[in-house]
Amino acid sequence: MSDYRVLPGPEHFLPPAAASMGIRLPNPGEAHINGVIAPEEKAYEEAARQFLMAKVPTIFPGPLVLWAWNEKAAKKATAIRHLFNTLKECVQAGQKPMLIPMPDYRPKYPKINPEVEINPNHPNLTIWHNKIDCCIFIGVHCHQANLSLKIIRGGTSCYTIAMCAQAGHEDAMLSFRDASVDKIMRLADTVKRLKGTVQPRLSTAKSGASN
Amino acid sequence: MAEIKSVIGTQNKKGQTYTDTWKMMNEAPRTPSFYTGSEVIKEAIRRASCDVMIAYPITPQSEAAALIGELFAEGYIGDYFRGESEFAVMSQCAGAAFGGARVFTTTAGPGTMRAMENFPMWAGARLPIQMIVTCRGINSPLSIQPDTLEIAYLLNTGMLVWHAETAQDFFDWILKGYIVSEEPDVHLPLALCCDGFFVTHTKDVVNLTPADMCLPPYDPYRSPVPCMDMECPPVRMMRDPFVMKSNYISYATHASWQQEIWAAIERSRKHSIHWLNGLIDTENTDADIMIVASGTAVSQGREAIRLLEDEGVRCGLVKVKTLRPWPEEEIREATKNAKHIFVPEFNVTGWLAREIKATIPNHERVHAGPHVCGGMTMPPEIIVSEIKTALGMKSFSLAGRGS
Repeated sequence: MSDYRVLPGPEHFLPPAAASMGIRLPNPGEAHINGVIAPEEKAYEEAARQFLMAKVPTIFPGPLVLWAWNEKAAKKATAIRHLFNTLKECVQAGQKPMLIPMPDYRPKYPKINPEVEINPNHPNLTIWHNKIDCCIFIGVHCHQANLSLKIIRGGTSCYTIAMCAQAGHEDAMLSFRDASVDKIMRLADTVKRLKGTVQPRLSTAKSGASN
Repeated sequence: MAEIKSVIGTQNKKGQTYTDTWKMMNEAPRTPSFYTGSEVIKEAIRRASCDVMIAYPITPQSEAAALIGELFAEGYIGDYFRGESEFAVMSQCAGAAFGGARVFTTTAGPGTMRAMENFPMWAGARLPIQMIVTCRGINSPLSIQPDTLEIAYLLNTGMLVWHAETAQDFFDWILKGYIVSEEPDVHLPLALCCDGFFVTHTKDVVNLTPADMCLPPYDPYRSPVPCMDMECPPVRMMRDPFVMKSNYISYATHASWQQEIWAAIERSRKHSIHWLNGLIDTENTDADIMIVASGTAVSQGREAIRLLEDEGVRCGLVKVKTLRPWPEEEIREATKNAKHIFVPEFNVTGWLAREIKATIPNHERVHAGPHVCGGMTMPPEIIVSEIKTALGMKSFSLAGRGS
C-alpha cells in the first residue's frame, strides 16, 4: 500500500494525481479517507464531522444534478437541497454553509464570479474568495471533478469530499462511490445525528485561502 | 431523457443476446476454430456490439478491415466506411466517439505514424476508442513486414497499450479491452497491438465464444466527460484552449488535465488485472535466467526455453501483456531471483529492454536482445545462442555457413 496520503493542502506548485502515487479507488461498499480504504459507514461519520467542524461547509453540485435530464437526477437534486438545509439547521453561529453550483465546464475568462459559481479549471478562485474550508462535489463529471479536486489540493487548505456516482475520486480527501439518493440522504441523517457533538474550528480556523 | 436500463438478457437486431461479459468470457462454452488472426478480429467484433468501424487500407491490417466490412453488410456494425487517410480515419473515430458511439479501427506501421497526432487527443478527450495495431516496419526503405518499432511511439500518448502474443489473446482482449477502457474511472483509448503477419496472417486454433452472445452496448452516460456539446469540453477546449491564455491558471489546468490522463492509466491497472488475469504471465521465476518479452517474441522465448532445457539450462519466462499500464511491480517481483534477464525484441531500438532497465534494481542484469527487425524472423536458436554466449557457454554461430 502507498505511504502517500491525500490531505488538505496547499500541497505543491503542481501536486501529483493521487492515483499516480499509488492511491487506489474503493470497491463497491467501500469509501476512502485520505487515500486509505475505509468502510462506508466510517466515511459518513467523517464527512459529517468535517462539515460540522468547518467554518464554511459548501456543496458544489455539478451539471449531472443541476439539470433534470432524467428522473434520478431530479431526485438527487432534491436530496442535495435536503442536505444543504440539514447543514444550515445543524451548524452553529459563525458557521456559514454555502451551496455554489458548477453549472458547466467552460473555461471562463478573464474570470468567473466566484460568489455564484465554481469552475473546474480554476476552482481555487471560488475556494479562496469564499474562504471555504470544507466542500463536497456531487454530480460533477469524473474528469472535471478530479481536475478540480487536485487543483484545490494544490493551492488551498480546503478539505474535499466527493460523492461520486461512478467509481470515486482519489484526489478528494474523502470519497464515496456509487452515489445515490439514499447515500445523500444518509449523509444528511449523519450530519443531523452528530449535531452538537462536534466543535467547530471557528476560532482556530485556517481559512481556505492559503495566501 | 430516459435512464439507461440494463439490457442484459435482451436481444439486438441480429438476434444476439446481450450477455454479462464475465459470463460470456469465462463461463460460456467455447468452440475451437481454425482461423487467421484477421478472421479472429472479425469474429471478436461480431460479438463486440460496435457502433462504428472506420479504417484506411494499409498492410497488414487491410484484410481485417475488409472482413469487418462483411460484418457491416450483415448488419452487425452500425456504420462502416473508409476514411481518406489514416489521419482522417482517426479524426473520424474521434467524432464518432465524441457522439457516444463504441468505435473500432485498425491500422499499421506508417498509418499509425501518420495518425499519431490524434492519439494524445483521443486520450485527452477521454475517448475509449479501440485501435488494433498490426505492427510492421515504419521507416524507409519501405517494408510491410513485422517490426514493433511503432509501439514505442504509442507508449507516451496516454492510451492504454496491450501487446497480444497469439490470435487467442487477440480474440479475448478485443472484447475485454472494451470493458476495461470503458470503465468510467479509466475511459481511455486502447491500442491493442500484435506483430503483423505473424498473428494476422497465420492460422491458429482459437476458442471462440458463442456467436449468439455479445457485449452489452457502450453506455456513454457513464463517461467521465460529457458527450459532444459545442459548449462543453473538449470541443470548447479546442475552440477556447488553454494555450491561448498566458497565465498560471491556464497552465496549471492543462497540467492537471495531463496528470488525470495518466492517473486514468493507473486506474486501469485494477481492471486489467481482473480481466487479463494479471498484467504478466510467468514461468519458472526461481530460475537464474529469465526471458522477458511481449508479443510473438514470447512464443519464441518459450521455444528457446524448451531448447535450453534439453541442454540442462533452466530458464524462466515473463510474458508482458500490458505495456500501459506498465507492470512495474510485477516485473520487479518476477525477476528478483534472476542473475541474467534477456529481452528478445522485433525492433532495432530495444524499447522493451529500456522499460525493464528503468524498472528493476541492478539493471546491468538486463541483456537487451536478441533483436531482429525489418521483417526478419527470430528463430529460437538465436535466443539460445544469446543466452549461452552471455553465460560463457559454447554457442555455434547462426549467421551463416561460412565460405
